[in-house]
Amino acid sequence: MNWLLVHLDTLRESLGRLLHQPVASALNVIVMGIALSLPAGFYLGLNNLQAFSRQLSSDPQVSIFMEVDAGKADVAAVEQRLKANPDIGRVEFISRDQALARLKRSAGLSDVLANLGRNPLPDAFVVTARSNDPATLESLHDQAVKWPKVEHVQLDAEWARRLDAALNVGRALVTLLAILLAVALVAVTFNTIRLQILTRRDEIEVSKLIGATNPFIRRPFLYFGALQGLAGGLAAWAIVAVGVLVLNIQLADLSGLYGALFKLEWPGTGDTLTLLAFSALLGWLGAWLSVSRHLWLIEPQ
Amino acid sequence: MNAEGGRNSMIQVSHVSKRYAGGYEALRDVTFSVESGEMVFITGHSGAGKSTLLKLITAIERPTAGSVVINGQNVSAMKAGMIPFFRRNFGLIFQDHKLLFDRNVFDNVALPLAITGFPRGEIAKRTRAALDKVGLLGREKARPIALSGGEQQRLCIARAIVNRPAILLADEPTGNLDTAYAAEIIAMFRSFNQVGVTVVIATHDADMIERLGPRILHLDHGRIAA
Repeated sequence: MNWLLVHLDTLRESLGRLLHQPVASALNVIVMGIALSLPAGFYLGLNNLQAFSRQLSSDPQVSIFMEVDAGKADVAAVEQRLKANPDIGRVEFISRDQALARLKRSAGLSDVLANLGRNPLPDAFVVTARSNDPATLESLHDQAVKWPKVEHVQLDAEWARRLDAALNVGRALVTLLAILLAVALVAVTFNTIRLQILTRRDEIEVSKLIGATNPFIRRPFLYFGALQGLAGGLAAWAIVAVGVLVLNIQLADLSGLYGALFKLEWPGTGDTLTLLAFSALLGWLGAWLSVSRHLWLIEPQ
Repeated sequence: MNAEGGRNSMIQVSHVSKRYAGGYEALRDVTFSVESGEMVFITGHSGAGKSTLLKLITAIERPTAGSVVINGQNVSAMKAGMIPFFRRNFGLIFQDHKLLFDRNVFDNVALPLAITGFPRGEIAKRTRAALDKVGLLGREKARPIALSGGEQQRLCIARAIVNRPAILLADEPTGNLDTAYAAEIIAMFRSFNQVGVTVVIATHDADMIERLGPRILHLDHGRIAA
């Protein structure tokens, strides 16, 4: 109980110290906030894109286009094969006439189509696989390509997968950026604590003389570092939140134009807590390194 | 070694030498012991080794040769991690006061208790008791800079006794004070000694000692002169 009170006292004292120098503290917190908001913001952006691409790529559809001169017998043969395949769930046949009719219904194209002498569209099957397993879809693609009179087989999910893979590269870059800026944050804390140790030199020396243990002397600095890091994390969160807010206003216009709903998701509770814990931990680490480096230099004379 | 050395000796210094880098020998083969509850003055010209001796006793420095045993603990063989706890046996009064000028009188005196980890209520009680003993109870909120030289010295004493130490060590406690103040300070030390605290005072103030007639250890160029 007393142990807890001692820690609470230290926390209060460290908070007091942070607020006692509002300008210096605010500058540090802003630097940390900006440094952390870059990887946090990119991370959030990637997460949003990835969720979007996953949603698209989860659709296990394959389109099979026949050659334009394929006859009814060829179409029937392909349909036979598709129905015999256990991996395939639903098969929808779209004849070239149906395709043309659908296209004509799309605004703006009917004039163009009217000028065409003949129907340029092929017969097609839209096939839904039973599973979303990429290997299954891939083998289906490979088989169907070899069937007679099949012009082209397209995995609809393919480009979404490519996007997903590209996003993984982005994710690696964000990690790299996060590591670099984490080092910067540790360095900022290291220097802040170094200055504090120097200004509190007398206090440290006297404390050592009258029996303070190293953990006792270290504690307020560690609390200070962690608190400052936490404040930096909060600042980063605020910067990201404002960014999301502003972008969502712009995206609302875009959504209106495309008739789809584009909207950035807010950082989730888990991600927010991770950000705060991570920034506090980095502050603590910077303080710890600084105290370990500088404390032994102050020995009572 | 002293004949009564075995009987409840609080400070036992045996054949201690201290040589600093560069060859300067501050103490040479010093041997003496202080009983529990004794009051001892260490005298000598400046540079005779008084301060060095106090530093060896409080484990601020280690002897080059010989042993220092405090209350049964051998300081020379002590692990670094034990030193903070060992130092809590002492009340230290420094020549340069070492007061913290960014804290008020109360917080200066409360520091040793905070370090020991007393609960807050207990800290307040003991701190006020110590301030009362040195006559500074009304100045709790004052900053040390606002105190006179004599008051600063008394503040140091309050900080030294607040932890109820077994040994009180004072380095030139009357150094910059006029005679009246010095007598007052020494009377204070005697009153602590009377309640059983072992008191060791390093001083070059021969005046003060003559009037008291206590046990004196005289250091001359790093040696005990009988």
